[in-house]
Amino acid sequence: MQTFRFELGELSPEAEALRAEVREFLRQELGDAAPVRRAHSWGGFDREFSKKMGARGWIAMTWPKRYGGHEKSALERYVVLEEMLAAGAPVSAHWIADRQSGPLLLRFGTEAQRQKFLPAIARGELSFAIGMSEPDSGSDLASLRTRAERVSGGYRVNGTKVWTSNAHLADYMIATFRTHHDPAKKHEGLTQFLVDTTLPGMTLSPIIDLAGSHHFNMVVFEDAFVPEDMRVGEEGAGWKQVTTELAFERSGPERYLSSFALLLELIREVSKDPGERAAATVGRLVAHLATLRQMSLSVALMLQAGENPNLEAAVVKDVGTTFEQEVPEVVHALLGVEPTIDSGSDLQQVLGFLMQRAPSFSLRGGTREILRGIIARGLGLR
Amino acid sequence: MNELRTILGDVVTRLFTDLVTKDLLESAETGAWPDTLWQAAEENGLTVPLVAESKGGAGGSWSDAFVVARAAGRHAVPLPIAETIVGSWLLSASGLDVPSGPLTIAPVHRDERLRLTRAGSGWRLDGTATRVPWGRAAGHVVVVTEAEGRTLVALAARGAGQVKTDQNLAREPRDTLAFEAAPVVAATPAGRGVPAQAVWLYGALVRSAQMAGGLDDVLRQASQYATERRQFGKPIGSFQVIQQNLAVLAGHTAAAGTAAANAFRAADRGDAAFEIAVAKVRVGEAAGIGASIAHQVHGAIGFTYEHALQFATRRLWSWRAEFGGEGDWAVELGRSVAERGADALWPHLTAR
Repeated sequence: MQTFRFELGELSPEAEALRAEVREFLRQELGDAAPVRRAHSWGGFDREFSKKMGARGWIAMTWPKRYGGHEKSALERYVVLEEMLAAGAPVSAHWIADRQSGPLLLRFGTEAQRQKFLPAIARGELSFAIGMSEPDSGSDLASLRTRAERVSGGYRVNGTKVWTSNAHLADYMIATFRTHHDPAKKHEGLTQFLVDTTLPGMTLSPIIDLAGSHHFNMVVFEDAFVPEDMRVGEEGAGWKQVTTELAFERSGPERYLSSFALLLELIREVSKDPGERAAATVGRLVAHLATLRQMSLSVALMLQAGENPNLEAAVVKDVGTTFEQEVPEVVHALLGVEPTIDSGSDLQQVLGFLMQRAPSFSLRGGTREILRGIIARGLGLR
Repeated sequence: MNELRTILGDVVTRLFTDLVTKDLLESAETGAWPDTLWQAAEENGLTVPLVAESKGGAGGSWSDAFVVARAAGRHAVPLPIAETIVGSWLLSASGLDVPSGPLTIAPVHRDERLRLTRAGSGWRLDGTATRVPWGRAAGHVVVVTEAEGRTLVALAARGAGQVKTDQNLAREPRDTLAFEAAPVVAATPAGRGVPAQAVWLYGALVRSAQMAGGLDDVLRQASQYATERRQFGKPIGSFQVIQQNLAVLAGHTAAAGTAAANAFRAADRGDAAFEIAVAKVRVGEAAGIGASIAHQVHGAIGFTYEHALQFATRRLWSWRAEFGGEGDWAVELGRSVAERGADALWPHLTAR
C-alpha cells in the first residue's frame, strides 16, 4: 500500500543562493522589530513592504515574464517564503494575490484580466482578499448561496460573505458566487468573480476577533453589479477552480511556522540556564519543526515537478497546525509565565498574541476535521 | 531515487514478503534462528549496503541502507540486519575486513565501556555490555571504544566472551556480553567519520528507520482492518471518529518516514548528529502514539497473540527505548540548540 509519498529533495543551488540576499533584505527592512510584531507574520499588512518585495522580484516569482513575473522555480519562491515567515515579515498585502489570486488568473483568467491585474500584483501594488465563506457555509463550502444572476452586461449579486480577511484593506476580492441553483448538484453552478472592493451595492463591516483585532469582515451584496468581464473562468467551473489551488494553499511554510516567533523566545529564555526539562522541551519542539520543514519542502518539490500532492498537502497542514498550536501550550507548561497583551517581557507578549491566535490555525484554509477526512479518503476509508 | 535504491527496494520487499511469514516470526520468538532468511538476505547484499563492492558489499550509501532498514522494520524481520549494516560500516570505514555472517554492535549504553588494552602485538578486551542486540546469534561483535587517547574499532568473535541471554518485548535477543582478557580478531583506529559515539548514534539511526517501517505496517494493518470489520451494519472505517484517528496515525507515520529518511541522508553528508537526534525524538513519539491508535482501531482482536498487529507494536515499544529514548535525545538536541542560541536556529536548520 502506497498511500502517500514524502520523497526528500534538495533545494536548487539557485534557490540557496537567493537565501542570503533575502536575509540581508529582511535584516535591513525589519531591523530590530519587536518579537510580538514578528509574531504577526503573514497577518502583517504593509503596502510599502510589499512594493519593495515587488521591486526585488520576489512576488510573482514563477509567473511568465509577459505578465510581470520572473520565471523562477517554485523552489526559489519557497526559499523567499520561508525566509519571510521565519523572520516574521509583514507579507499580508501581497500574500493572497501571490499565492492564490494571481495563479488563479494565470490559469483560468482571460487575457485581458491577466494583462490588467498580474503585472500590478507582481509590483506589489494590488492586494487581494478571498470571498468564500458565508454565514451558513463554512466547511460545507459547496452549500454557498450568494446569488449572481445574469443581467445585461454582467451579473446582479445578492448575499453575504463572512470571515473575509483584509477585505477592508484589499483592492479586489476573488469571490465565489452561485450562478445556478440545483439542490441535487450543489458542487455545480458555482462561479468565481473579480470584485472591486469599492463596488456600489457592496457594504463592508468589521468582524472583530476575540483579541479585539480587525482583519475579518462581513461583506453584504445588495443588487451589486459585477460586469461580465470580471468573471473568472467558465460559469459553473468555480468548484473545480477552487479545489485546484488547495495543495498550494495547504502545504506551504505558513502551515508550520505560525508559532516560530514563540519558539525563538522560548530558546532565548532557556539558553540562559538550560535545565534538563527545558532542554527536553526545546529539543522535542525542534525535532517536530525540522521534520515539518522537510515534509513541506517535499510537497513543494512535487508541485514543482507538476504532480498533484493534495493528500500530502493535507497531511502537512494537519501535522503542521497541530505543532503550531502545541507551542504556546508547551511554553505555558514549562515556564508558567502569564501571557500578556502589551506589558511584560517579549516572551509574555508573544505568548499572549499566539495563545489568542492559535485556535484559528486549524480553522483557516480547511478545518482539521475536513483535512483528516481528505486523509481518510486517501487511506481508502471513504 | 537512484537505480541501486530501486533495486534494493524491490528485492527487500519481495524477499521479506515471501519469507517473513507469521510462522517464521513465531518460531523466531521461541529462539529459533531463521537461517534460510539470513542466507537469502546476505546473498542479496542486504546486510552490507555500505561496504565497497571490492570488499564484497553493495557499495551503496546510507540512503540505500535506509531502504533495507525500513523494510526490515515494516516486516518485523527477526534478524540483526540493522546491526550488521552498522557493524559492517564501522569495520569497513575503519579499513577492516568484514566477516560474513551476522554482526552486532556494543556497548549500546552510553554509560557502559568496554576496554581495549595492548597484549603483545594484539589487543585484549575487557568489560561488560548489557542489552546487546542479537548478542548470542551474532558471529562477531563490533566494539567502538577509547584507548590510548583515541577512538578504536575492534572486532571480537562469538565465544570470546560470556553470553547471558535476555530479550526485549518483541522477544528479540538482548544479551549481556562479558569479556575478560578476551582476544580480538582485529582492532584499529576508527576511520574518519566514525565518532566515539558511533554505536549510540548509528544505532539510534537504524532504529529510527526500523520504527518508520513498523509504523508503515501498523498504518497498513489498521486501515485495512477498518475497511473489513463491520459494526452497526457498516465498516468501522466509515465512522468519522475512526477516520480521524487513522488520519492522525497517518500524519505520524508520514513524519516518521520523513525524519528517518532525512537522518540517513545527513549520514551520507557527514556529521548527522543533529538529524539523528531529530529522527529518534520524532519517530519515537510517533511510535508510541501510532501503536496506541492502531490497537484502539483493532479492538480486542489486536490484543491477541493470534493477530499480527503485535509483531509490529511490541517492536515499536522496545525500539523507541533502545539507543536512547525520546527523552534522552530531546535533552541532547535541546542543549545543542540552546548552546547555539535562538538566532542561530533558523540558519542552522536551513543550512543542513
